[in-house]
Amino acid sequence: MTSFVKSPNSPSGQPMVDAAGVHKRFGGLHVLRGIDLTVRTGEVVCVIGPSGSGKTTFLRCINHLEQITGGRLYVDGVLMGYRERGDKLHELHPREAARQRRDIGMVFQHFNLFPHMTALQNVVEAPIRVQKMRKDDALAAGRQLLARVGLGDKEDTYPAQLSGGQQQRVAIARALAMKPKLMLFDEPTSALDPELIGEVLDVMKQLANDGMTMVVVTHEVGFAREVGDKLVFMDGGVVVESGKPADVLSRPQQERTKAFLSKVL
Amino acid sequence: MVGLLGLFVYGATTNERYHWDTYRKYLFDVRISQGAWVTIQLTFWAMVLGIGLGTALAVMRLSGNPVLSGVAWIYLWIFRGTPVYLQLVFWGLFTSLYPHMRFGIPWGPAFVHFDVQYVDAAFFFACLGLGLNEAGYMAEIVRAGILSVGEGQSDAATALGMSWGLTMRRIVLPQAMRVIIPPTGNEVISMLKTTSLVVAVPLGSDLYNQQHQIAGVIFQPIPLLLVAGTWYLAITSVLMVGQHFFEKRFARGASRKMTPRQLRALAEELGKQGGGGP
Repeated sequence: MTSFVKSPNSPSGQPMVDAAGVHKRFGGLHVLRGIDLTVRTGEVVCVIGPSGSGKTTFLRCINHLEQITGGRLYVDGVLMGYRERGDKLHELHPREAARQRRDIGMVFQHFNLFPHMTALQNVVEAPIRVQKMRKDDALAAGRQLLARVGLGDKEDTYPAQLSGGQQQRVAIARALAMKPKLMLFDEPTSALDPELIGEVLDVMKQLANDGMTMVVVTHEVGFAREVGDKLVFMDGGVVVESGKPADVLSRPQQERTKAFLSKVL
Repeated sequence: MVGLLGLFVYGATTNERYHWDTYRKYLFDVRISQGAWVTIQLTFWAMVLGIGLGTALAVMRLSGNPVLSGVAWIYLWIFRGTPVYLQLVFWGLFTSLYPHMRFGIPWGPAFVHFDVQYVDAAFFFACLGLGLNEAGYMAEIVRAGILSVGEGQSDAATALGMSWGLTMRRIVLPQAMRVIIPPTGNEVISMLKTTSLVVAVPLGSDLYNQQHQIAGVIFQPIPLLLVAGTWYLAITSVLMVGQHFFEKRFARGASRKMTPRQLRALAEELGKQGGGGP
């Protein structure tokens, strides 16, 4: 099987994601209270934490679906969504922000496939419309991607006709079609029936083995232990604890981590 | 109920005050069919303007830009808040407000210059008046359609690097169509009949006013009303068939049921696999 990623583990040493003191307020609600986090190229970082801890919001800040209200967030050395002049941040024109997002794939809890398009149309839409890829090339690449996530025979099927697990795999193929250098997963298996979780995790595992840089917000502690290079525990809008998954899971240092893990393990 | 209806039909066909001979004589009268054609044209152009401008207004209201949404709100306030009859009279008087129109650079050279009063502008102003009024209603229908598409859809499109315009055009509006089409069908059918108000402009060549003029000459209003009613019903029937096909077109992916094309492909596949099939 060919790999998802062209050149795994680029040796630049540049962190893929570099968050420094990231804050996010929604009006009076202070959701992120200074997040510091580094994700190296080729690394798989899993983020766990109770609901309302800001995990999803942080993930959405990485590709600037949400605007940060303090701190700095760099992806591959580029400040996301803002231009820095002096020590002031100016928001980028939406077109430039859209350009930055092209290299970052995102997979959502509720799949968010385009229901009026077939599986293949979902996958090729952005390559054709955004990257201006030739239609034939995009279709060929899209078929290959669907085959890789095990859905080669479903290209003409509409999302409503697919199971949740199949929909999520199409969604992963759709994100990969843009040849991203970073993949963000927002609780990709939380909306799935238990027996369908495995097929999605298998695809993600393969992606990780191919060297894709991934940030995964998840409740799948097993996946984090097996595949993750780093585990981050978030609570109350801050990173409470992070480290090697095995260490954090078996020897948590913080009380809050212990309390959370005792509930989910 | 059926019996009562039968009695009514029997009564109507035998009551000579309906003047069915006159009805038959004028049903395919060339003035009537020309009037019907004018009515169809008015409906078409008014709806083209109404849907186009209405969509723009809906997008403006949802844009988050306070100037754009403010302008759209004021437009809706004025055009939904005054009777369409009043608006049509106003557009009819527009030529007396601005008798000379020139299109060009302000205070510079004019490209086109004409006296509006010498142009046969009644048809143009009738379309304009009906269309601008319609845009106010279409804006709300389109806005409801856009709001019916979940936020996750634009999230997904945005995350793929699609611009706001591309997201609207390719992702949101096609899905909104499912919600937009049924009330728009209503609006088209309603517009077909609202065109009878163009006499306010004044334009007298549409279906209703044609039959009205004929009826005025021969002093038999009832058979001519029935003639016009028959034509309106016939056109509405055609429009309803059209709406049905539009709805099918935009229902793609809405159902778990397989489309005929998918069923054919599946049948072929099974046929190939094992001689016989199910």
